[in-house]
Amino acid sequence: MTTTPAKDTAHTAAALALGDDALVLSHRLGEWAGHAPVLEEELALANIALDLLGQARVLLSAAGDEDELAYLREERAFRNLQLVEQPNGDFAHTIARQLYFSAYQHLLYGELAAGDGPFAPLAGKAVKETAYHRDHAEQWTLRLGDGTDESHARMQRAVDALWRYTGEMFQPVEGVDVDPSGLETAWLERVSEVLRRATVTVPDGPRTGAWTAGAGRQGLHTESFGRMLAEMQHLHRSHPGATW
Amino acid sequence: MATAAARDTAGGRASDAPADDTADFQRAFDAAVAADERIEPRDWMPDAYRATLVRQIAQHAHSEIIGMQPEANWITRAPSLRRKAILMAKVQDEAGHGLYLYSAAETLGTSRDELLDKLHSGRQKYSSIFNYPTLTWADVGAIGWLVDGAAITNQVPLCRCSYGPYARAMVRVCKEESFHQRQGYELLLALSRGTPEQHAMAQDAVDRWWWPSLMMFGPPDDESQHSAQSMAWKIKRHSNDELRRRFVDICVPQAESLGLTLPDPDLKWNEERGQHDFGAIDWTEFRDVLKGNGPCNEERLTRRRRAHEEGAWVREAAAAHAAKHRNSETGAARA
Repeated sequence: MTTTPAKDTAHTAAALALGDDALVLSHRLGEWAGHAPVLEEELALANIALDLLGQARVLLSAAGDEDELAYLREERAFRNLQLVEQPNGDFAHTIARQLYFSAYQHLLYGELAAGDGPFAPLAGKAVKETAYHRDHAEQWTLRLGDGTDESHARMQRAVDALWRYTGEMFQPVEGVDVDPSGLETAWLERVSEVLRRATVTVPDGPRTGAWTAGAGRQGLHTESFGRMLAEMQHLHRSHPGATW
Repeated sequence: MATAAARDTAGGRASDAPADDTADFQRAFDAAVAADERIEPRDWMPDAYRATLVRQIAQHAHSEIIGMQPEANWITRAPSLRRKAILMAKVQDEAGHGLYLYSAAETLGTSRDELLDKLHSGRQKYSSIFNYPTLTWADVGAIGWLVDGAAITNQVPLCRCSYGPYARAMVRVCKEESFHQRQGYELLLALSRGTPEQHAMAQDAVDRWWWPSLMMFGPPDDESQHSAQSMAWKIKRHSNDELRRRFVDICVPQAESLGLTLPDPDLKWNEERGQHDFGAIDWTEFRDVLKGNGPCNEERLTRRRRAHEEGAWVREAAAAHAAKHRNSETGAARA
């Protein structure tokens, strides 16, 4: 069964794109529960996951029924960035993903909050959460990059591996009234500065124009995503029409 | 609070002090306990009291940490976004409880690292209940209702425990636990009133979790090795069997409102005693699980060890970064 949003407007499309980002990244962070390197990180990662899930619920509810949208759409109907669906990998991969995404989300919500569009109220709340998420990711990038030889090597690997998924964040999103190139400049500046302070080399591989750019927003995802959805959706789908 | 004289020793132990002083300290301690005063970290306390508290608080902290696993097992499969948010918040609370409790234990002169090491090497235990698997979504509700319910029955009296830091930690823990318990009950209620399949799932979970929950109160009073001393020290306020009976009396009407049955044919109201009679607990199973032969003992400990080992490089990085940062600050201050 495939569920499509009730209203096919630009607002719905935008709510789905931003909502799916938050939903999928929240799910990935939820996978860390019980696996974190230190108890304080059990709390921090769960905390960020919860903030994101809260954002996802508001956004998906703006597009339709949150549970139908989360549990009954198939892979090709999801509009999230490929970045957020990337597997957790080691702690450095999770932190690099957080660094890239939270810097983007903070800038995006900052602009949306300052405007008078339909997402301004949500963005006004979420920008405070994303400031905390970004700080958490930046602090860990510094600790890992400028920590031990091993942590430095792992942080560099993670930063390199996820770099090619970052261009997609700056493709225009229908219904999101923000200048992507302005976001991109500010993002590059912020992330490069953090990486430099972390003694990590800023990757020089492709970001925009690569095959990945814009693909997630069009429902073209990476292989691990289908498996993630299978796990996330199986119980809900096993009991059609049930309420929980 | 014990006497000022005892407090002045600032953590002095019986073995450090001259014999006659020790007798004075012991008298002051006994008087403080008798007067329901709180013993605080800098007060003199008997070595055995300290050791008992370290053991109990550490085991309690370990239970919070291991207890994250059976529930985290369902985070990625929670059937609605609302339930997923509730479950994530709950597992996060448990990590927080672990942190409070390790801090309380540290006031007794141990460290979190040392206690975690004892957990990982099997020298300290955690609650036997977390060695049971969560096989369906309804188990998340049964854990909330029954396991958290039993924990609260055990822990509310600990809010009046004679050791101040533990008692204060329990006040905070119990507030959150009772919230979790209501959520678990509400989850089961939704299932019980849902489709026939959901109702059956809820009943099956209660059938599997009922007896292990009763075992959470520990062995029967006549076999409980630490009880008498703990009660004399006012660490413990009620016996295992007393708390277990109280729990059964609370659960029976709740099960009725849930529309679920409890898996005990001998369970019935005893008019004469004004309490429920219930069937015999399988203490062989209890001892087996405690010995490490429960369904999930191996998985739980292995997973905890693995998280710790795989996180070692992260903790080392944080320490190395902090050391560099400290050095550079010191250098800057000198320059």
